[in-house]
Amino acid sequence: MSKQKVVGLLAEFPHPGALLKAAEKMREAGFQDYDCHSPFPIHGMDQAMGEKRSPLGWMVGILAFIGFTAGMTLEWWTSAVDYPLVISGKPFFSYPAYGPVAFAFMVIFGAFTAVLGMSVLNKLPRFHHPVFYSDRFAKASDDGFFVSVENTDPQFDTEKTRVFLEEIGGQHVELLLETDEEQALENE
Amino acid sequence: MLDNTPLVLGNETFSSITDHISSITERKAPKQWYLLLALASSLALVLFGMIGYLFWEGTGIWGIQNPVGWGWAIVNFVFWVGIGHAGTLISAILFLLRQKWRTSINRFAEAMTLFAVLAAGIFPAIHVGRVWVVYYMFPLPNQMQMWPNFRSPLLWDVFAVGTYFTVSLLFWFTGLVPDLATYRDRAKTKIKKMVFGILSLGWRGGNRQWKHYEMTYLLLAGLSTPLVLSVHSVVSTDFATSVIPGWHTTIFPPYFVAGAIFSGFAMVMTLAIIARKIYGLEHLITMKHLDNMNKIILLTGMIVGFSYGMEFFIAWYSGNPYEQFAFVNRAFGPYAWAYWIMVSCNVLIPQLFWSRKIRRSIPAMFIISIFVNIGMWFERFVIVVTSLSRDFLPSAWDYFTPTIYDIGMFIGSFGLFFTLFLLFVRFLPMISMSEVKGVLPQADPHYYDHEHDTRKGGQHV
Repeated sequence: MSKQKVVGLLAEFPHPGALLKAAEKMREAGFQDYDCHSPFPIHGMDQAMGEKRSPLGWMVGILAFIGFTAGMTLEWWTSAVDYPLVISGKPFFSYPAYGPVAFAFMVIFGAFTAVLGMSVLNKLPRFHHPVFYSDRFAKASDDGFFVSVENTDPQFDTEKTRVFLEEIGGQHVELLLETDEEQALENE
Repeated sequence: MLDNTPLVLGNETFSSITDHISSITERKAPKQWYLLLALASSLALVLFGMIGYLFWEGTGIWGIQNPVGWGWAIVNFVFWVGIGHAGTLISAILFLLRQKWRTSINRFAEAMTLFAVLAAGIFPAIHVGRVWVVYYMFPLPNQMQMWPNFRSPLLWDVFAVGTYFTVSLLFWFTGLVPDLATYRDRAKTKIKKMVFGILSLGWRGGNRQWKHYEMTYLLLAGLSTPLVLSVHSVVSTDFATSVIPGWHTTIFPPYFVAGAIFSGFAMVMTLAIIARKIYGLEHLITMKHLDNMNKIILLTGMIVGFSYGMEFFIAWYSGNPYEQFAFVNRAFGPYAWAYWIMVSCNVLIPQLFWSRKIRRSIPAMFIISIFVNIGMWFERFVIVVTSLSRDFLPSAWDYFTPTIYDIGMFIGSFGLFFTLFLLFVRFLPMISMSEVKGVLPQADPHYYDHEHDTRKGGQHV
């Protein structure tokens, strides 16, 4: 038999309303490394969990500006510096005509920042996570509403946290167990 | 007067939506699917075969000549890019406008965008003639030490369409991630578990993930909105910045964008009617959705009709004899047949949608959507071919006749489009499950606040 280690707890809630209330109680109790899983985003959940606004907007704004500048610079350097050619009598640096391509650069930089930034902030792709040890968790992408707490939370105590999750209405509270082999795999 | 019709009919629950949409790809495909795929992929083969011959023999196999140097290939390009626009309008602009009815149709409208832009992109690429130097279009260092001409609208097009395809793909994939996680969790076979597991990036549906995810979606919608308006505007500058009478008009960008949305919605309509019938999705793509789309077709159809009229007005008002000739020639010259097909299909027939009965009749809207598709192809034909065939000097005039290769490649591009679309409905969720769940009344956390005084299964008040 391999030894098992508790890496977290998972509790199920019956509906989005219950999950929202549970999230408020988790925050009030001072938990940090917890999350509320649902098959669709729930309105008001960010406030309930006390989440700050995602910084992605700033990241995209800055990168989009850099993209626009990069596009303009490329057009200016290729057409006015590296190989200047007079075409239909236009100036070498025809900035109005350079607009559409610079705009395309802006959008493409912005879009890649939005998607890659999301995956960095969400630490995705990550195929291995304690919540996946639970068989019930497959419901989270169907019609299940879950609260998970990880053992990295300073308040985490297997017994006390389990009782707390049941007190706030959690059903089927279960331990997320990691076996030695899995740990070894992770440490490799 | 607020419309309170629910967006999802029947007593749907979260899990019934999952079951319904996932089961489409989990059970055996209906017989019609195999038949359609066989037909579509054969046509796609015709396209690829003809492209092979084109590479061997050159663009002379087409009907293009002097003065009509832009034949069906460019007509098809504009036609297909236009089709794509409805998908982005639904996914981005209607999202920013908080039009929740878009949730049932956005996934496959976005897929339609991707496949239409793919079909479109083929045509200008093979139209360049010497395809082996097609990389000259990109700013890559080459043996001549020359760079692309960034002052040319044809080059803007390369960037506009390339960006449009890439951003649409990112948008579509982002929207798919939560649904791919559902497929991962439902997968029975090892291969499916692996494929959907990797594609869903290990999505856990935690709110800390949803927070960034929703922001990404909003930002992509915000970036796609000006993008979609710019793409067809840039396509129109291919014409508008030239000196050909009938092309050299400032109305082109808005006129092209309205036409693009018009034709795109017609194509969404055609596909949606077939898909909801074959897969029994009447409760998800409801009459309300179809009615709304018909209203957009009516509106954009009238914008297009107004543009046709405005072109004539400006031709007269400008006092430019070449411009006046170009338009009289369109309506009464050798291509009058094409012009009047265009006007009947795009301006007259959609007027039937003023009637609520016709807006809500499936056979009627199916037929009208086909007419709009035909009419919009002819619009591009009229613009490209009539203007070129009779330019400044009568000694240079010529009548354009398509060859078998023009026709075969056009039909073949439908084959490619439908092949990709059929594969999409077979293997991926064609309706966004996570978004449809989100618009159910049960998804509102306050739905449960007064549970004791609501009747079981009653409406949310």
